[in-house]
Amino acid sequence: MSLLSVRDLTVKFSNRGQSVTALNGISFDIARGERVGVVGESGAGKSITGFAMMNLLSRPGYIDGGQVLFEGKDVLKMSAREQRSLRGNRMAMIFQDPMVTLNPVLTIGQQMVETLRAHRKLSHEEARQIATVKLKEVYIPSPEARLDQYPHELSGGMRQRIVIAMALLLDPQLIIADEPTTALDVTIQADIMELLLEMCRSNMVGLMLITHDLGVVSQVTERTLVMYAGRIIEAGKTRSIINDPQHPYTQGLINALPQQTPPGSRLKQIPGSMPSLNAMPSGCPFHPRCPLANDLCRTTMPKVVQYADVEVACHEVQRLQSDLTSEAAQ
Amino acid sequence: MTDQSAENPVLIARRPSRLKEIWQGNIGYSFRRNPVAIVSLAVFVIITALALLAPVLAPFDPYDPASIDIMNSEYPPAWVDGSLPGFWLGTDDQGRDLWSTILYGTRLSLMIGLCAVVVQAFLGISIGLISGYVGGRTDSILMRLADIQLSFSTLMVAIIFLALTQALFGSEVFAQYAVFFLIAVIGVAEWPQYARTVRATVLAEKKKEYVDSVRVLGFGPGRIMVRHILPNSLSPIFVISTVQVANAIISEASLSFLGLGMPPSQPSLGSLISAGFDYILSGSWWITVIPGVVLVVLVLVINLLGDWVRDVLNPKLYKG
Repeated sequence: MSLLSVRDLTVKFSNRGQSVTALNGISFDIARGERVGVVGESGAGKSITGFAMMNLLSRPGYIDGGQVLFEGKDVLKMSAREQRSLRGNRMAMIFQDPMVTLNPVLTIGQQMVETLRAHRKLSHEEARQIATVKLKEVYIPSPEARLDQYPHELSGGMRQRIVIAMALLLDPQLIIADEPTTALDVTIQADIMELLLEMCRSNMVGLMLITHDLGVVSQVTERTLVMYAGRIIEAGKTRSIINDPQHPYTQGLINALPQQTPPGSRLKQIPGSMPSLNAMPSGCPFHPRCPLANDLCRTTMPKVVQYADVEVACHEVQRLQSDLTSEAAQ
Repeated sequence: MTDQSAENPVLIARRPSRLKEIWQGNIGYSFRRNPVAIVSLAVFVIITALALLAPVLAPFDPYDPASIDIMNSEYPPAWVDGSLPGFWLGTDDQGRDLWSTILYGTRLSLMIGLCAVVVQAFLGISIGLISGYVGGRTDSILMRLADIQLSFSTLMVAIIFLALTQALFGSEVFAQYAVFFLIAVIGVAEWPQYARTVRATVLAEKKKEYVDSVRVLGFGPGRIMVRHILPNSLSPIFVISTVQVANAIISEASLSFLGLGMPPSQPSLGSLISAGFDYILSGSWWITVIPGVVLVVLVLVINLLGDWVRDVLNPKLYKG
């Protein structure tokens, strides 16, 4: 049984009586200890997926249907108390900017001890002990002294390490990391990513890494979901997706990497931009930007099919596949 | 680990105590460079200390009818001809030593002002936190309540309430519990000031990521509001608190002046001013003027301190 399975999750935003769909029936699984990357442009619904999995969407967003099964139980149907004991305890989340995710008026120690004691029956001293151990695990020098410091006294990289330590504090089964390195200096990004990878490996923690950095995805994750306009359009082993992407959007993303272009020439970009939620095109949401779009794409939403090593939602890929099968039949 | 801390002596240097840190930090620096703030605080501390020490400092007990002699009434202060030695600020219309009465009266005024602000703050902060954090319909209802409350002026609410209670309980009982009635009515009448300010700050704070991150850690709404959002919203609360203390003292004085506050047997500054007002034309100006000056100075220094607090806590003035 997979650790987490999301089924047909639909999220809508209500806006002056009208509702727009931000997540359109997405489904995926994360196995125990598996590391899954979620990539896509801004506005594709990556972060919303993370929040919806915790059932923490704030107004005007709401979950319109679907299931989030964590260890077989539907998070969305749990009581508020059960949900709270799940958050932080079994599922943790790491945010983008460590400058703002720690409470500025409490010391690191106060925040860590409070988190521990909110979920476990521990004395103040015991909680402090655990906090010290966790800080040491994320390679923070002189952890005892850090506990009495305020977030503003520490550097960005140090703070993100502390945020990771806090996420690991209660030995969760799954960490949702929402662009954990975007706000950091490039030199520190690699360190933090490596730390996160090491922590997940050594503790058998599942990781859902939300990012738009394909380089990071290829280093850290085993499986990748590519999102576009609130749908998963391609999913499969990270290696297959990076080396042999099937969906024209994923191909475009990979071709847009600076490494794919000879030095001195223009970068290959995908023309246009993501459609806004209240002006979603008919048919395949990617067709206005797709080089392969035809009449079918403009009218019908493609189904997800298995092709090569990946699951992909594209009419063109579907056509290729049926050509291949008919060729094989002949 | 020990090696590392030896390499970094700065990191393990003992952090100075909180008070010392504040004195050496931005707040202390701004205070030391601001003569108005220094003088205001000094005056405020002196007045408060005198008021608190009233039972020790006052030569007479103005609440004890045995120590009052009606024959001593309306003696002028020591620097005016015809004064009586022993009453350096003179006496009031009932023969009480004005100096002792002012000491006790200031104590009452300060106490009513501070307690009323505590009531206001408690109500206003709770309502503001809930309103801002929960939002939606709860927010609308609470804020409309605040609007309704604000559309009645504080004095009007207080006058109606105090007049009704006075009529209901009789002036004897009322006089006995006047302090509590005053605190309650001033406290309840002004909560929307706090509620609005707190709500506005909460709306800004709750969008910050640290709130998301504690929600994700599985904390309940009560804990998030009190332990995480409230400490981050304290600056505006400090600022309005100073203003509100001054306002509450003024409200109390006004109500007492109108005869709806402290009874003449237990005078606050307001009732003293009121009592002396009848004699001002007959030449006994000191009964009104001296408590009046004390009241004005007290309110002025609190407002000046409030100004300074507002400047020093305004993030726009020192953060980038």
